Amino acid sequence: MTFTVHDLISLSPVLLIGVGILATLIIEMLVKESEKILGWFTFVLLLSVAYLSLILLDHTALVFEDKFLTGGRVNIFFFLFSFGAAVVSLLSMEYIKKAGIHFGEYYIMLLSSVLGMMLISGATDFIMIFIGLEQMSVCFYVLAGFNRRNERSLEAALKYFLLGSFATGFLVFGLGLIYGAVGSLSITEIVIGYETLKTSPLFLTGTLLFIIGFSFKIAAVPFHMWVPDVYQGAPTSVTALMSTTGKAAAFSALIIIFSPIIQAAYPSFFTPVISVLAVLSMLYGSIVAISQNDLKRMLAYSSIAHAGYMLIGLAAWNEKGVSGVIFYLVAYTFMNLAAFGLISLIEKRDLRGTEFSDYKGLGFKQPVLAGLMALTMFALSGIPPFAGFFGKYYVFLSAIEAGMTWLAIVGVISSVISVYFYLRLIVVMYFDNSDEIVMVTPSTSAMLGIMISVLLIIIMGVAPGSIINLINSTF
Amino acid sequence: METSTILNYLLFVPLAGALLLMVFPSANKNAIRYFGLFTSLVTFIISLLVYYSFDSGVYGFDKFQFEFKYSWISDLSISYYVGVDGLSLILVLLTTFLTPLTLLSTWNSIQIKVKEFTFFMLVLEMGMIGVFISLDLFLFYVFWEAMLIPMYFIIGIWGGERRIYASVKFFIYTMFGSLLMLVAIIWLAVYASSSTGYFTTNLLELYKVSPALGLDIQTYLFFAFALSFAIKVPLFPLHTWLPDAHVEAPTAGSVILAGVLLKMGTYGLVRFCLPLFPQASVEYAGWISLLAVIGVIYGALVAMVQKDMKKLVAYSSVSHLGFVVLGIFAFTPEGMQGAIIQMINHGLSTGALFLLVGFIYERTHTRQIADYGGIAAVVPVYSAVMLIVALSSIGLPGLNGFIGEFLILIGAFKSPVLSNWMYAIVAASGVIFAAVYLLWMYQRIFFGPVKKLELRGLTDMNGKELFIMVTLIIFIVWIGVYPTTFLQMTDKYSSALVNSILSVNGIIIR
Repeated sequence: MTFTVHDLISLSPVLLIGVGILATLIIEMLVKESEKILGWFTFVLLLSVAYLSLILLDHTALVFEDKFLTGGRVNIFFFLFSFGAAVVSLLSMEYIKKAGIHFGEYYIMLLSSVLGMMLISGATDFIMIFIGLEQMSVCFYVLAGFNRRNERSLEAALKYFLLGSFATGFLVFGLGLIYGAVGSLSITEIVIGYETLKTSPLFLTGTLLFIIGFSFKIAAVPFHMWVPDVYQGAPTSVTALMSTTGKAAAFSALIIIFSPIIQAAYPSFFTPVISVLAVLSMLYGSIVAISQNDLKRMLAYSSIAHAGYMLIGLAAWNEKGVSGVIFYLVAYTFMNLAAFGLISLIEKRDLRGTEFSDYKGLGFKQPVLAGLMALTMFALSGIPPFAGFFGKYYVFLSAIEAGMTWLAIVGVISSVISVYFYLRLIVVMYFDNSDEIVMVTPSTSAMLGIMISVLLIIIMGVAPGSIINLINSTF
Repeated sequence: METSTILNYLLFVPLAGALLLMVFPSANKNAIRYFGLFTSLVTFIISLLVYYSFDSGVYGFDKFQFEFKYSWISDLSISYYVGVDGLSLILVLLTTFLTPLTLLSTWNSIQIKVKEFTFFMLVLEMGMIGVFISLDLFLFYVFWEAMLIPMYFIIGIWGGERRIYASVKFFIYTMFGSLLMLVAIIWLAVYASSSTGYFTTNLLELYKVSPALGLDIQTYLFFAFALSFAIKVPLFPLHTWLPDAHVEAPTAGSVILAGVLLKMGTYGLVRFCLPLFPQASVEYAGWISLLAVIGVIYGALVAMVQKDMKKLVAYSSVSHLGFVVLGIFAFTPEGMQGAIIQMINHGLSTGALFLLVGFIYERTHTRQIADYGGIAAVVPVYSAVMLIVALSSIGLPGLNGFIGEFLILIGAFKSPVLSNWMYAIVAASGVIFAAVYLLWMYQRIFFGPVKKLELRGLTDMNGKELFIMVTLIIFIVWIGVYPTTFLQMTDKYSSALVNSILSVNGIIIR
């Protein structure tokens, strides 16, 4: 295995985060009250990783014995993970203090999970995907239960761990079958042998199991059972991380597995599978979200529905579909970060205060927070001129181009249903009055994180051109 | 293509005003009001400038002026593309004319959250103007949807008791229609890309391509578009959101809703449904006209039995807009002209009626007709103004309503597509019903002995209210006496559109 300078440069985002994790460990050990500086350290580190990923967009390199790819689309994902996590670290600083879980390990886990995500998105070998997924998931299990004195947090961690392991079982079994069929776990090998493989039942079953394993991670129905409890129980800043970058990482894995397939025409075998997953997720997520009274739970179901919209892009599987999914992921990441960030601000010390009724009359008591929340809700429901609308437009466009207009129509129906519960929050905030006094003094760091997210939501809605350009330039 | 930037000013002045409003302190209500009024007046002046340099001699339904094009999302060839023709311009003028009047009317009635209210009104104005001047379907859709947000807040925050129900119903109802339209827009653009070679949502290019579609495909697309517009109009039986929204909305919201928002539905039918899907439009003209005529009669009959003044006016809108749709689907130049002028008439007359109901509601806090009686002697000016406006809504010759309804009925009689006099005959009876419900309401409120003691203390209209009404009445009389000023704006447009649709369908005009 030889490493050139070019490889090293291309790998630098991953290396930097690895070095960063070690540095965090050391700081945590040596410095007293390290948690005070670790937050900003993590933020700066992740921001530089994000910056590096962007400037290295053209540095394509195949490293680690052809098991890992950087540059192009992979770097877009790198950017999404690190930038999203940077915003999460901003949101976390005050929140974990409030929740009484202010420990340096939090940031170490956060950084490690980002490393895991990066490994997934750059993988050209199934083993690499698996390693990355485990790294990410283990960090998430720990983070979900980070509030170890809170029962719900513990429940979330355990539930996530048990069901997550179950999903991993599917995945490993799938990988076994694929290995049996191909004799290798390398994506390139699959591309080479694709003509014979596409009729091999072993390979198809293996791929199907792989898809099922990742459907758990992206929270697609019927593999969504863990989502509401985990999203609700986990500390809000952790939920923000899991529901955004975590989901994006899983999607990047799905894009990788389908990539070789696109080169040899998409087999009709998987189109119905993905379409069914998409339809079920959209409708189930939107319908069940209506009856939720807890905001975090409502967003959990909404995240299931959003997974459905993104799956439309995968089902259509054309160029617009893939870039649509990536655009959607970016938009969705910042919409959810803003939403969970605002929830974490309004949440009370005892981690209550996430119910709809806690937001009564917020619109005029906390005009800035409520205004941002309202904007985020409109964005999530796909109303122009915000990012969510354009994401939907893009995936619907890909579906119609692929001749799957019906899928777009289901998406539309589900969008209309989902408007109801997003609007409900706005109704509570603006149209209801309450005498209860809400004392929220938003910290600068959290506000910065929320502002960044909201600004991106607006920019991606008003001027999505540049981001689409960026995504399309990687094809 | 000649470019002009004036439409950008028209679009962005309200937005800039709304954003500038953010820096105002909430406590200084009058400064906020004056600034809001100022912004909307500047917008009105810009629209007048457009009007004065507008050339109404251009023949064609796909000829636009003051075009401005800027590549917005280049990868999907979506552009920010605006322009006006007679149809757009007359509706833009209606919008920019009604907005300052509405803002003026809220001077006393809106006392809480004045800043937010003015902000939403200005954003709403931008959205409405955007809908009328967009020449790119994507851009059009963005405005069409984005406009829901301010209206939703206006109903929800400043509305009546059942405002939550009304605002959510309004939002979801309209959103359902629009999203299907979005699918149709994308479908059409994807289809067009197979013949033009590239994906585009440019309306003018789609005009050229889409009439070549087969009738079955046209039918699907036509209904996807028409559903969205019919909900907005609202066409019977999709009207159920309207009474709720109108009754619960604050006066200003009702005026804008009736005055402009409903027109967006009929505008959409004329601008998109007809020229994009000419065969399907003609094929289903009979059915749509049937619904329109049912709406005329149904709206009038339901209006007749209303106890609430605002609800009465709301149902009268269903009836009046039925006329407009009938005029559109008659496919005659007269019908089209009548429909367009009737859109303006309805905006003026119904807007005025809502304002008048609002004025008296501010004084008595009741809208129940039964709570009034014999107030003609107490508030003579108010009752005189109300009479003029009611008569204009009924369609008395010499006032605006007559012109529109008369042209529509002529159009429906002569229609080569409907070719059945029944539509016109039944619709004509709607005029009689209009006289019944409006005059009956008038009689119960104003005539007879003064019903309650406290009604004696009613104050008549103040200067501001009178100013608003006089301004509206000037136009009500102007259109009634000399409609040419307004008709000539859309004259060439209407005949070009009708001729082109009929010739695509191979129908020879009698």
